[in-house]
Amino acid sequence: MTNRRIDLDALSFRIVMTGVALLALVLLAAPTVVVVWVSFTNGYSLKFPPPGYSLRWYVELWNAWQLQFAMMNSLKVALWATGLSILLGVAASLSIARSATLTARVLDSLFLSPLVLPALAFGLSSLMFFSLIGVPVSPLTLVIGHTVVSVPFVVRNTVASLAQMNPALLEASASLGATRWHSFRRITLPLIRPGILAGGFIAFMASFDNVPVSLFLRDAATDMLPIRMWQDLEGKLDVTVAALSGVLIVVTVALMLVMERVAGLSKRLT
Amino acid sequence: MAATLRNVTTYDLRLAAPLALGFVVFFITPLVILLALSFQADPQGTHYGLTQYVNFLGDRFSLGVLGSTLWLGVKVTLLTLLLGYPVAWLHQRAPSWAKGIIMLLVLLPLLTSVVVRTFAWVVILGRQGIVNAALASLGLIDTPLKLLYTDTGVVMALAQVQMPLMVLPLITALGRIDPNLADASSVLGAGHWRTFRKVTLPLSLPGIIAGCLLTYAAAITAFITQSLIGGGQMLFMPMYIYQQASTLQNWPFAAAISIVFLVAVLVVVSIFNVLGRLSRGYTNA
Repeated sequence: MTNRRIDLDALSFRIVMTGVALLALVLLAAPTVVVVWVSFTNGYSLKFPPPGYSLRWYVELWNAWQLQFAMMNSLKVALWATGLSILLGVAASLSIARSATLTARVLDSLFLSPLVLPALAFGLSSLMFFSLIGVPVSPLTLVIGHTVVSVPFVVRNTVASLAQMNPALLEASASLGATRWHSFRRITLPLIRPGILAGGFIAFMASFDNVPVSLFLRDAATDMLPIRMWQDLEGKLDVTVAALSGVLIVVTVALMLVMERVAGLSKRLT
Repeated sequence: MAATLRNVTTYDLRLAAPLALGFVVFFITPLVILLALSFQADPQGTHYGLTQYVNFLGDRFSLGVLGSTLWLGVKVTLLTLLLGYPVAWLHQRAPSWAKGIIMLLVLLPLLTSVVVRTFAWVVILGRQGIVNAALASLGLIDTPLKLLYTDTGVVMALAQVQMPLMVLPLITALGRIDPNLADASSVLGAGHWRTFRKVTLPLSLPGIIAGCLLTYAAAITAFITQSLIGGGQMLFMPMYIYQQASTLQNWPFAAAISIVFLVAVLVVVSIFNVLGRLSRGYTNA
């Protein structure tokens, strides 16, 4: 009697938990699968299931110069923002990671604060700032805004890797006569490189995908990819966007697998 | 000697100066200007006062937008927790090959473009979308259901888009729990449900709170998903700010709404932080 009740209890618990988990996993995967699927349609609409299959919308991408132009802009801005984030973020992380001083703690919170702040409010305030000091919006203001919202990812991951590093290694290196620069290059940098790579990768994705900051800080000539796609979707449900999404998904998955190999991405995010 | 040894493990605080300076000029100064502008009584800036805030707080429409945005966050966070917790639980128990697949499925939405993710929901929820096609082929409906541009649609899409932010801290929290505690509980006669309620759930509280904080903050500020799935009829705070600033060029009012929204977000973040600290004290005790 008791045994049976426990079995029922165990069974119902496992069924409910596993069932909900599987449902959630299907929900997580569904949108990605659907976009890739529907991008192979031969029709003009995003009807699901597609009436037939073809590669026509991928071929169409070759002629979609507006999307290509926007993509190049987004890539350039994201590369600049990521480069600046790594340069400034790693330097700042080195100085605040092992320090318990109040200044270091305050700086740490400051550098991470764009993560919780509504990016749209920051975008608007930046536009007000630049117009007040008389600087017109340009690719430069875009890079500055994107760097502010990307740098927290680099700081967070670099600080975490520095915190895991054993300081005795640096002491040993110094006592063996290595200069600080030499110790940094031969010991610190190799140990924190995966953290910097993972942070840089997420920073790049955050910038490439940013809409709220770009909306305010771009000039009329600088079309950005997510904004272009968003506006194309608001107006008409364009199937070319589905093909482009398919390309972006494949590139993202490939980059994710590479980052998992070289930087242990998933371990850094949990 | 000891002093020199200690010095080699830390770096000069001046290394943080370039980023700190950049943040003062391009992050703090703009926010101060935003605050200052919100006190302008008119767009020309002839007088200053609380006019914009009085306008916002005295306007039922504006308060309604703020209320529905904060309420949207609550609904999305609860749904995400309900769906995300079992995913973290399954990840904890799965063999390592399955762990890899679960992790990939969880990380994929986090790193895919928000526009792409939201676009997928347009395809799923639309009149010719999957849900309607499935229901129609089963003979359950004659005319397509309206799912896009509804509250339910927005909540579902946001829950999927933000789920990784909930699952990742939960996986961390569940990984920190000593598995012997659950064993001890069942040896002492507690069933699975009871062990879950009395042992696992309370011990994972720091992860739940961290996940809720991230999900909530992301859901209420998710401009793209809110506007594409919600459509024109449903207005949430980010779009409201954008309309006032860009379409109507009413900067002082847009600044005031932004400040109200910022304060609301900061209040929620602080509440979660306090809860998080309390829960950590509780689980360490």
